[in-house]
Amino acid sequence: MARTTQPFYQRALLRWMPGAKGWAIGLPFAFLLVFFMLPFLMVLKISFAESTMDVPPFTHLLVLGQDKLTVLLNFESYLTIVQDDIYFAAYASSLTVAFFTTFFCLLVGYPTALLIANARPALRNLLLMGIILPFWTSYLVRVYAWIGILKDQGLANRLLMHLGLSDTPLALMHNTFGLYVGMVYSYLPYMVLPMYAFLVKMDASLPEAARDLGAKPWEVFFTITLPLSLPGMSAGCLLVFIPSVGEYVIPELLGSSQDLMIGRVMWSDFFNSIAWPLASAATCVMVALLLLPMAWFQRVQNREPQAL
Amino acid sequence: MSTLPNSNNRSAEPLLGEEGFLQIVDVSKKFGEVTVVDRLHLSVRRKEFFALLGSSGCGKSTLLRIMAGLETPSSGRVILDGQDITDLPAHRRPVNMMFQSYALFPHMNVSANVAYGLKREGVARPEREERVREVLELVQMGAYASHMPSQLSGGQQQRVALARSLVKSPKLLLLDEPMSALDKKIRQKTQFELGTILQKVGVTCVMVTHDQEEAMTMADRLAVMSEGAIVQLGTPENVYEAPSTRFAAEFIGSTNVFTGTLAQDGGSALYCGELERPLELGFAMANARQGHAVQVSIRPERIRLSLPASDAQASTNNSALGVVEQIGYMGSYTLYYLRLPSSRVVMVHVPREILVAFDHEPDYGDIMQLRWSVRSLVVLS
Repeated sequence: MARTTQPFYQRALLRWMPGAKGWAIGLPFAFLLVFFMLPFLMVLKISFAESTMDVPPFTHLLVLGQDKLTVLLNFESYLTIVQDDIYFAAYASSLTVAFFTTFFCLLVGYPTALLIANARPALRNLLLMGIILPFWTSYLVRVYAWIGILKDQGLANRLLMHLGLSDTPLALMHNTFGLYVGMVYSYLPYMVLPMYAFLVKMDASLPEAARDLGAKPWEVFFTITLPLSLPGMSAGCLLVFIPSVGEYVIPELLGSSQDLMIGRVMWSDFFNSIAWPLASAATCVMVALLLLPMAWFQRVQNREPQAL
Repeated sequence: MSTLPNSNNRSAEPLLGEEGFLQIVDVSKKFGEVTVVDRLHLSVRRKEFFALLGSSGCGKSTLLRIMAGLETPSSGRVILDGQDITDLPAHRRPVNMMFQSYALFPHMNVSANVAYGLKREGVARPEREERVREVLELVQMGAYASHMPSQLSGGQQQRVALARSLVKSPKLLLLDEPMSALDKKIRQKTQFELGTILQKVGVTCVMVTHDQEEAMTMADRLAVMSEGAIVQLGTPENVYEAPSTRFAAEFIGSTNVFTGTLAQDGGSALYCGELERPLELGFAMANARQGHAVQVSIRPERIRLSLPASDAQASTNNSALGVVEQIGYMGSYTLYYLRLPSSRVVMVHVPREILVAFDHEPDYGDIMQLRWSVRSLVVLS
């Protein structure tokens, strides 16, 4: 039964390559294994090594000598991370920035996605293009462009002074404001696109039925649209939160130099102190910290709908 | 087939409801350049079950949505129980709708779905629970109050949707293709049950459907719609027995339509190219001149088949000879397609009890005589 509903090219592919189904699943897995799992295992390995002045700048875990294979696991890097306050502060501020970035993206992204989903089809494609188009430019270039807008003699300040709203240039970058402008701008599409995909396939008769039963427009939103779009929201939040925890470029270019983000600490461990094991350990702890919210979101996603 | 059983027997008793309970006055709806509803007038009586019948795109659903307030008419007024509700938003109208897809809220259980409208109205909890319980009993879904919609069958979902649209005791209940999401098997049973419940509640109903059988079994009166306008309006029997247009005749049940020209000024006989003998109308078309084109409908169950008689007396007006070309066994009747000498194909329904009286049942290639009475002819405008 399932075979007959397949498109012809799928049937043809399966006839000539009986293993095509396995490949279709196997290839992405192989890709993830080679380009994500193996590098991560290498990082995990380095985090248990000891820092040296050699090339590469860390010791081997396995040492074969005089009929003995010795495994040397060095926990010093992890101890440093636990003991040194700078790491705790960096994790805390990274998570805070990621949390507020996600929050602001949701605040801006939800109405945007709702607007696009409810627009006429022709207009809808235009608006979607507007969201996707910036992806065609390098991310670094786009963040640099914000410097041109936010700097003292930048577009924003000149506009403010021209309108007489301010006499002196305002500090719009190298502070928390600049940081969040850059973060929300860069990550907004990751919120809008999954939210839109979810909202556009929602049964349009549900809000109509609510209206028909006497719900005012805001009641329709809070009792029907919002609860039903929770899975879309959690997908968007996940896509924004996870990469923004480790964000390095935006805090570096638009944030304050006092902002201690984990990405920046890792950078300085790797390139300034040449402490690869320490930087690797910091990475592993961050991955562990990210797995927790992911597991939680996964649970929200799979939860049976509840009676209200 | 000629008199379809009316399952709820509502049309058997005289309709006492007052005229003009719901009035659609000169309503038009345009989407851009396209006119979907075209200067339509309609009056529905109190407690009447009214059906809007038409094929998809005829504007019937748009008209229903205008009644619900989900669509704003481009012009015209909607008046319900003496009150002009044209500008009233959907959530403030005493009108509830049962959606084609049922539109049950998937994140709420059955009782929360039914209670939703009462909550919006601000009905206090004890009364709310009581009314939800009562209406769920009415649709025999009391045992499923805490089920989620996804756990229910199609028929059960339909009953919950019905309960939800009845619980606020609306002045007008709108049904959008109520049976279309159900299996054909349980449709008839459901039509009967729905009719019984609605009769018990005694609410004014407007139903939209493309299924003529559904409209005829359930409705007290129906309107056949085409291209945004009402083609014919009347009781099911009325519209079936005396269709006024070819569209109505062909949409409600199946029929044979003949086109002929009047034989003489003010006469009663038609010359028809597809028939060898003239068609006898049985009444004089007093104001029509010779050559005036007339369309006539003859229902397939009104044509009698017999073996061709050899004597000249048998070949009178209102008869024809035909060769059996197709036979369809339909259970209670058998469907014959007969080809006339003019190569016109005519559809005939022969009831089972008449067929058994034949010496041998008409078979492929047999030549049969077709006859119809004057009374079975309906002149279409």
